[in-house]
Amino acid sequence: MSITTYELNHLDLLEAEAIHIFREVASEFERPCLMFSGGKDSIVMLHLASKAFWPARLPFPVLHVDTGHNFPEVIEYRDQLIKELGARLVVASVQQSIDEGRVAEEKGPRASRNRLQTTTLLDSIEENKFDALFGGARRDEEKARAKERFYSFRDEFGQWDPKNQRPELWNLYNGRIRQGEHIRVFPISNWTELDVWQYIEREAIEIPSVYFAHEREVFQRDGMLLANSDFVTRSDGEELVKRKIRYRTVGDMSCTGAVESEAENLKQIIEEVSSTRITERGATRADDRVSEAAMEDRKKEGYF
Amino acid sequence: MEFLRFATAGSVDDGKSTLIGRLLYDTKSIFQDQLESVEATSQQMGNEYTNLALLTDGLRAEREQGITIDVAYRYFATPKRKFIIADTPGHVQYTRNMVTGASTADLVLVLVDARHGVVEQSRRHAFLASLLRIPHLVVCVNKMDLIDYDEKAFQSVKEEFRNFAMKLDIPDLSFIPISALHGDNVVERSAKMPWYEGSSLLHHLEEVHIASDRNHIDARFPVQYVIRPQNEEHHDYRGYAGTIAGGVFKPGDEVVVLPSGFTSTVASIDSYDGPIFEAFGPMSVTMRLTSDVDISRGDMICRPNNQPSVSQDLQAMVCWMSESTELVPRMKLALKHTTRSSRVMASEIQYRIDVNTLHRDEKPESLKLNEIGRVSLRSTQPLFFDEYRRNRNTGSFILMDEATNVTVAAGIIVGSG
Repeated sequence: MSITTYELNHLDLLEAEAIHIFREVASEFERPCLMFSGGKDSIVMLHLASKAFWPARLPFPVLHVDTGHNFPEVIEYRDQLIKELGARLVVASVQQSIDEGRVAEEKGPRASRNRLQTTTLLDSIEENKFDALFGGARRDEEKARAKERFYSFRDEFGQWDPKNQRPELWNLYNGRIRQGEHIRVFPISNWTELDVWQYIEREAIEIPSVYFAHEREVFQRDGMLLANSDFVTRSDGEELVKRKIRYRTVGDMSCTGAVESEAENLKQIIEEVSSTRITERGATRADDRVSEAAMEDRKKEGYF
Repeated sequence: MEFLRFATAGSVDDGKSTLIGRLLYDTKSIFQDQLESVEATSQQMGNEYTNLALLTDGLRAEREQGITIDVAYRYFATPKRKFIIADTPGHVQYTRNMVTGASTADLVLVLVDARHGVVEQSRRHAFLASLLRIPHLVVCVNKMDLIDYDEKAFQSVKEEFRNFAMKLDIPDLSFIPISALHGDNVVERSAKMPWYEGSSLLHHLEEVHIASDRNHIDARFPVQYVIRPQNEEHHDYRGYAGTIAGGVFKPGDEVVVLPSGFTSTVASIDSYDGPIFEAFGPMSVTMRLTSDVDISRGDMICRPNNQPSVSQDLQAMVCWMSESTELVPRMKLALKHTTRSSRVMASEIQYRIDVNTLHRDEKPESLKLNEIGRVSLRSTQPLFFDEYRRNRNTGSFILMDEATNVTVAAGIIVGSG
């Protein structure tokens, strides 16, 4: 006779918590959507959402805020996945916001559309009347995100007020909002980068090829390796070299750095992540390098 | 790997953030870029040593004022366990954050400054830990380096704390003398305190037994969401999705649905990964029943011979968390309990508890921010609940202001009527 201990391992617990939150939001909100970037965290989010409502389809659309500076592999992956899930895709385009004069393109060699996304996102929320937006942000990523709730309240301007957050107790989430306000929801708040990779391996989730080590033309900037693309302007001295690299995060091509790596499969990635001494955002995100509080400031404005 | 969730509590300057920084640093959970950023900021602020508190104090205002404003969550792992820390600020006005952080914790770690001994905040935190039924309480007597690692001082803090804790219900209480700043007894046993024979803090956290803390006896399944695919393949599928809130469910189990009282049998427990033969908390599953009964969100599935209390009248300990309002008799509020939402009226505040002396002030006029009292509540709808001491999931609720929508209170059910 076997003795059941009624214990769940850490991935089971994290999964159960995330599924609980997906179902809770789907029950209590009129117009949720899932923000999808093509990055590994949002891919895991889509997988969790599929599990939460199986055998039914996702009861909400998927929103992609498209900077126009995408890795082509990622867009291909996105379209394939959406088709498989039978989900509805809503694309909010930064290019369109620029064309309509809602935002102005940054100038200079370090121009990025990272910050412009906020306006595009907030416009899309208003247009589609979204009242709850699932995001794949994790508390271990960044110190301002460490202070986030699962349900993160945003006022009618989309602003986050970190000093005035609703207390979150047990697994009882307060979903009460007024018209025009919305919440951001972070079902994988308690996951670490390593958990995400272990889960991708366990669930055999397919991910875009840019996450695995491959040869690519890159150049050095601020201690990061950036890919050569039409979206960046190289300055003098930023010579192109061929390196074997992979991405730890996937975002806008103009500000997402690669790391040199030999990790060609999930097992090797997990080994690499377990032994790395630099955080994923520290290694790869120019957008967080602006100041100590770069993320906090962007989040207050309504960023992801 | 197993998880341990713990909350840390202490007064301002007890060195809580430093301790967490130390735990992260010594378990190599801090990354080089984080450390470099902390070193640079420490230097800029004129600190003599690297201020590990800066690792957890992430908001601009926190760094500027050198305080922790809000609950911050931190993650680290050893080969034995994964840990989630809820780092809660110790200011008097922020006690609601301790309740928040502790509500999901298996263990609470209270810091006491060895030089000052047990202070008002320490007593408050011990009381809250016992109120929230956190099974394990660890008292870290910190700053031992500032009192020459004196055993007598440690023993006197221990005795003082024990005297207060005797009046509380704390199943497992331990004391560890530490210096967070220098790392004594944090990860490794310290050579400077040979008189201390217990384990280091990290070792204690790795070994404390938590598997038996969950309720696997009283089967409770609050229906969260009804899954109806309405497609060709699953035309007649009707599954009740939710998180197991207590006990164990198996296919073939006879069940009763509240509030209707209909009985049925569990046909299957489904998941994306295939059928589940035994579901227990906190698994998120989908249950199908053999008969077609009308069930919706907020209903509760349980066993006919083991049912929760069903009542519109609750007795609860309520911790008030609003700065701008007070709880007064006859006040109406929105309530959320399991997956059920209702309106309630606070019919009476029976007493307010002085968290320092545990003295009861009978019939107070109101409960203010951070005050805790026993309150009688009347709900517009019946609720299906257990006493909090028996089940944290079916014994807890939150109250929300109907006008501002803000969460204004945490509630712990002590009985019905």
